Amino acid sequence: MTTSVAMHMSDGLLNSPTTLLFIGVAVVGVGFAAVRARADLDDRTAPMAGLVAAFVFATQMLNFPVLAGVSGHLLGGALAAILVGPWVGALCVSIVLVVQALVFSDGGLSAIGANITNMALIGTAAGFLVALGLKRFAARGRAGLVAVAFVAALVNTVVASLGFVLEFAIGGDAAFDLGTVAATILGVHVLIGIGEGVITALTVGAVAAVRPDLVYLLRGTQKPLELRGKAAA
Amino acid sequence: MTTNPRRNTGFLLGFLLIALVLAGGVSYFADSDPDGLDHATLQGCEVRETPEGEELLGDCIARNAQDHKLADSPFADYAVNGDEGLSGVAGVLGVVVTLVLAGGLFWVLRKRPAKQ
Repeated sequence: MTTSVAMHMSDGLLNSPTTLLFIGVAVVGVGFAAVRARADLDDRTAPMAGLVAAFVFATQMLNFPVLAGVSGHLLGGALAAILVGPWVGALCVSIVLVVQALVFSDGGLSAIGANITNMALIGTAAGFLVALGLKRFAARGRAGLVAVAFVAALVNTVVASLGFVLEFAIGGDAAFDLGTVAATILGVHVLIGIGEGVITALTVGAVAAVRPDLVYLLRGTQKPLELRGKAAA
Repeated sequence: MTTNPRRNTGFLLGFLLIALVLAGGVSYFADSDPDGLDHATLQGCEVRETPEGEELLGDCIARNAQDHKLADSPFADYAVNGDEGLSGVAGVLGVVVTLVLAGGLFWVLRKRPAKQ
């Protein structure tokens, strides 16, 4: 039976064709991310990226309460993408999910495709696109960056949860009403997204305070910020 | 943008220390209630604790969930050989394994500076 420690989709929630379909999506997506990630990795950013993955693993263990009897935890896609870029970020979350499934029996072995698709690909992409769209606010200073990180992480959580709804619509147990499932999933993930937003904002803000050069989203924005000068330190 | 190598190492060690403290210590304070996904898949069921584990009464999506194929592995469910009191140890192990795998992969994938 399911245990209360598991945080990700178990095997058996989706039918076999859908399970296989999303294994395919995950393989293609992670492979593409690995190719694109090379350009963002060098001697300075590679160790940082490894630590971001380790940090996402640690933070995913910290379930926080969102409703009576319901908890939530960080997914980490937006956090990783803002710090190390979307391609490396997607790899960070994927590696976390693989370690959780293989070492800690958290998330089914065949459901790993769907779990990677939702949290590492869809969530990371959504969070990063929001952060990219709001980049000019993030470049204005730390308050702007922290606010952008919050919004990007909130969107990342909600959109990632929509991935489950999509998968369930394609290959879930038709005995359950999709609208009810979607409403429950979405409602609770808006709340979890607020928690994800707070944790992401705190983390990105802390890194930016000491090492703004290691924040991917701020690349190319650092010099003008210093030149303006009169912004309060 | 050049960074003092010693300052860089200090930052990275600090980041690692925070991850270890979160996984090894703060994780004991984590909420053990079902997460958002489990909450949704458990709608319609009542969870009853039995000596053999949890039993689901009623009709819910989670009844379709299969046991994990590695459910008997030593660190299953973030415990150590079933001892949930050692979940912090499991967490520290997870941080280290993730760091080695991810750091190793990223180090291999990284752009090397062209030889001059």
